[in-house]
Amino acid sequence: MFDRRQFIKGAGGLAAVLAGARLTRGRAWAQSAELPFANGARSLVQYPQKRPLIRLTERPPQLETPFGVFDDGPLTPNDAFFVRYHLADIPHEIDPDTFRLEIDGKVKQALSLSLKDLKALPATEIVAVNQCSGNSRGFSSPRVAGGQMGNGAMGNARWKGVPLKLVLDKAGVQAGARQVVLQGLDKPVIPATPDFAKALELDHARDGEVMLAWAMNGADLPWLNGYPLRVVVPGYYGTYWMKHVNQITVIDTELDNFWMKTAYRIPDNECACVPAGSKPDKTVPIARLDVRSFITNLQDGAAIKAGASTPVRGIAFDGGHGIKEVALSSDGGKTWRATQLGRELGKYSFRTWQTTVKLAAGAQALMVRATSRSGEIQPMEPRWNPAGYMRNAIEIVHLGAA
Amino acid sequence: MGTTTKRTLVLAAFVTLAMAAGMTVATPAKPVSYTLPSDTSTLKQTRDPGYAKAEAWCATCHSRDYITTQPPRKGKEFWTAEVTKMVVVYGAPIPEPDRPLIADYLAATY
Repeated sequence: MFDRRQFIKGAGGLAAVLAGARLTRGRAWAQSAELPFANGARSLVQYPQKRPLIRLTERPPQLETPFGVFDDGPLTPNDAFFVRYHLADIPHEIDPDTFRLEIDGKVKQALSLSLKDLKALPATEIVAVNQCSGNSRGFSSPRVAGGQMGNGAMGNARWKGVPLKLVLDKAGVQAGARQVVLQGLDKPVIPATPDFAKALELDHARDGEVMLAWAMNGADLPWLNGYPLRVVVPGYYGTYWMKHVNQITVIDTELDNFWMKTAYRIPDNECACVPAGSKPDKTVPIARLDVRSFITNLQDGAAIKAGASTPVRGIAFDGGHGIKEVALSSDGGKTWRATQLGRELGKYSFRTWQTTVKLAAGAQALMVRATSRSGEIQPMEPRWNPAGYMRNAIEIVHLGAA
Repeated sequence: MGTTTKRTLVLAAFVTLAMAAGMTVATPAKPVSYTLPSDTSTLKQTRDPGYAKAEAWCATCHSRDYITTQPPRKGKEFWTAEVTKMVVVYGAPIPEPDRPLIADYLAATY
């Protein structure tokens, strides 16, 4: 059960009562969701600061965005944004006045910055997709171990913070430095478990886009999305977007921990894939998002009117080149017709698209395929790797036209 | 109007007011504490000797739905690999004799 007293004590005021009221409401209206793969039954559960989300696990919490949210616009609301933790000792009390970000290691001057210090620096904003490496893992065939998510472990937000470069420059990176190690307040339950830490190459960390963000979509980060500060790594998978970040260490080696050297690695080849069921010879750390697109207004199995003009719309994104084209096919991929792209919010953002189709009576299938400005195009057949990362096959929505 | 009804109405009015007011607040509350709900997920009880061992060990660091949401009928090799990963990678102090019992129970049940 929630300990409401503790929550109210911390939060104070009407909003806490509101959270409590919403919580009660959410529990009373508990619903379920069925993800379209074997053993895909999930509960819809409401956490403080969140609307009811698809719960994958309780401890640590992993919550998936119900897919219909992506039809509401290119920015994913904070209360609908997915949640993913690795280790269950997540922070339950943070004082924003005493919180400090420590910058140390191979720097000329170690720093200890408060939120106030950070907010006094020149802030920037960027719209960027955060997608879990294992988004859509439940569709892997053959199935693989890991979090069995549908397509909702992704979201797009307008992040506000300071470039990591600014903070690193303030500390003064020493010659010979190679990587920047990111750590947050979440910790393992037992000391034997490797603490979650990730590393970015120094040049990447100093590219001016990687950000220490305290706000998303104009509000403080929700607790479960990394309050009060998280790393934003535009174009890269969520594993690098350290939540509750409080420690940044510059090193002159390569971080040699489980989370870089064993986990979150993909086959070292063009497609990041291997024949289904096999193991790669060589792997590299996962990096940039591959190109994806989704139809958001028509669910698989939906009924439409035959011969009538039917609106079709959705989203597309890639790892930072931007979307060149989103095309639809209603003949199994033989012919493709371009759709109309929506306004661009930035090359790291969801890009909306829309069109209309007229389909003859009978069973129909609509396919959607995005191409990035770099020419990367979604594959017809799903690629497979042992961890179920980076799924980006062309999505198909089956429709009944009558 | 009975006392209970009045109380209910007052409470309902308060909640409505709180919600209406809350919705006009520009940003969500800034809690300095956050409390997660307790676990509710369970493992399926069977007569398998590994059930008690799984109950004893598998929810030390994570909720049981980490197990129950995995793909179905993956078999012994899959579950042995998972138990081994918990011990070798995550440092789970599961006694050696309990490990195959847990893997057997998970393979037979999930």
